[in-house]
Amino acid sequence: MNEMQFLTWVRGPGLDIAVGIFLLGVLWRLIEIYLLGRKQDVAPGRHREGASGLHTVFRRSVPPPGMVKRSPVSYIGGYIFHIGLALIVFFFMPHILFFKSVLGISWPGLPSQFIDLVTVVTMAAMVVVLFDRINKPVKRYLSTFQDWFTWTLTFLPLLTGWLTVQHLLLPYTTMLALHILSVELLLIFLPFTKLFHAFTVFGSRWYIGKINGHRGVPV
Amino acid sequence: MQGPLIDTLVRQGVSRRSFMKYCATLASLMALPPAAGRAMAQAMAAARRPSVIWLPFQECTGCTESITRSHSPSLEGMIFDMVSLDYQETLMAAAGHQAEEALEKAIEDNKGQFLLIIDGSVATGLDGAYSCIAGRTNLDLLKHVAPHAAAIVAVGSCAAFGGIPKAKPNPTGAVAVSDIIKDKPIVNVPGCPPIPVVMTGVLAHFLTFGSLPELDRLGRPKAFYGETIHDRCYRRPFYDQGKFAKTFDDEGARKGWCLFELGCKGPVTYNACATVKWNAGTSWPVEGGHGCLGCSEPDFWDGGGFYKALSMPADPLKMAATAAVVGAAAGVAASFANRAKKGGAKAAHETVTLADLEK
Repeated sequence: MNEMQFLTWVRGPGLDIAVGIFLLGVLWRLIEIYLLGRKQDVAPGRHREGASGLHTVFRRSVPPPGMVKRSPVSYIGGYIFHIGLALIVFFFMPHILFFKSVLGISWPGLPSQFIDLVTVVTMAAMVVVLFDRINKPVKRYLSTFQDWFTWTLTFLPLLTGWLTVQHLLLPYTTMLALHILSVELLLIFLPFTKLFHAFTVFGSRWYIGKINGHRGVPV
Repeated sequence: MQGPLIDTLVRQGVSRRSFMKYCATLASLMALPPAAGRAMAQAMAAARRPSVIWLPFQECTGCTESITRSHSPSLEGMIFDMVSLDYQETLMAAAGHQAEEALEKAIEDNKGQFLLIIDGSVATGLDGAYSCIAGRTNLDLLKHVAPHAAAIVAVGSCAAFGGIPKAKPNPTGAVAVSDIIKDKPIVNVPGCPPIPVVMTGVLAHFLTFGSLPELDRLGRPKAFYGETIHDRCYRRPFYDQGKFAKTFDDEGARKGWCLFELGCKGPVTYNACATVKWNAGTSWPVEGGHGCLGCSEPDFWDGGGFYKALSMPADPLKMAATAAVVGAAAGVAASFANRAKKGGAKAAHETVTLADLEK
């Protein structure tokens, strides 16, 4: 297989398989979680200001008082790489073109040079977060294989994508193919690892917030 | 017309100065040191016309058209005239048995010394019966002639990589020359058609140094196939600025912006079009407003569509709908299983009584 065949494969059958597994996994897990079924809480609700599902969704996006000082790397690094990832995935012109071809909808993008800067900053934040995980004994103790694995899955598309745009390391054809392949790996594993939080984070916050809101506890 | 090449050139009215200029240009194109231009001129001027046997296989004659016509009457065309083309069906006067005799004679006279040029792919299906010349299959002919050649030049994407005949579903079982012949030096000069100067560059190198130029991984002369179209494209600054033509007739297209979004394969195509250009340096596809098709790359025909950007899916996502249905069904099935488990646990639950606690 030469590099052009490799690229054509990742753009064709590879992408088809990856998107298929991704959709299968996402729907499976979302439906299974939604249909878990909880018993109805028959106790009368205690309504209190700020205690609701919606409040919790927003509140948990903001660090609790004092936590930024206690754990700056987790919070600041976490913010930077999450916002960075969203900007890169959804506002880089070639990516928007991809979404347009698959979904039929498009939206305005950000300048390529700005995305380039965001990518470098995002990769730096991810590396810092990784070092923090290795450095802090508690974090290291709590880390499992999945934590290292999902970090790699997230980091590889960033790195290969940046190298592709910058024409570094390998010929463009191979690098682009590797970039698409790394995204396909991410798509395949996303529904079955903790990366699935991309789909569940706001739902679970809303759910927890609603239960606590019923009890009159703003959390 | 035997004798040294320079005599023929003089007869055709080519001055010493323009011949030297041509050799210097050729040397610099091939990234050889300046002295090589002089060496090339000396060697080429003194050279006897090398015997060339040109075998056309599964091809469209586009490569022959490109090389014989587009540069005429330039030096490339003339030098090409200067080789002793002992067998070329399209160009030779002889026909029928006479032509076949010419081929056998050329092989006999120049055993181990002639240059074998091949355009077109080799059909292997039905023992090669898909493409025959004088009742012989291309496959048979290649195996007959190749062992006596000094070197083989596979001209055009078909001979170099299989090209369009090899495109899916490849009904004739077409393969590249290098898939059949393993024990001869082969230079691939891909392109659909290839640039004439690349062809003469290889010939000049062979005449001057008696060897073939430095080749890349795919057997292409590095001097011409060392960089991508994209890296040498005059529209590259627009790519870097993110300015893309969205259709072939929008404002971006009129302003000459990058054609990447219209499916240009420049970033993945190694060729010299952007620097050497076509038709005596007049223009080239991207300058003409059309993206590069990637014709000098292997399997360019099956590269996922000429008008789809490289970042686009090559095929429609056929599995998506099925996968979504299967996923949803799996989710529903899993929740039924979960509920059954929950119901089972509830049914099996035994109430703890006061008596149990006092046991």
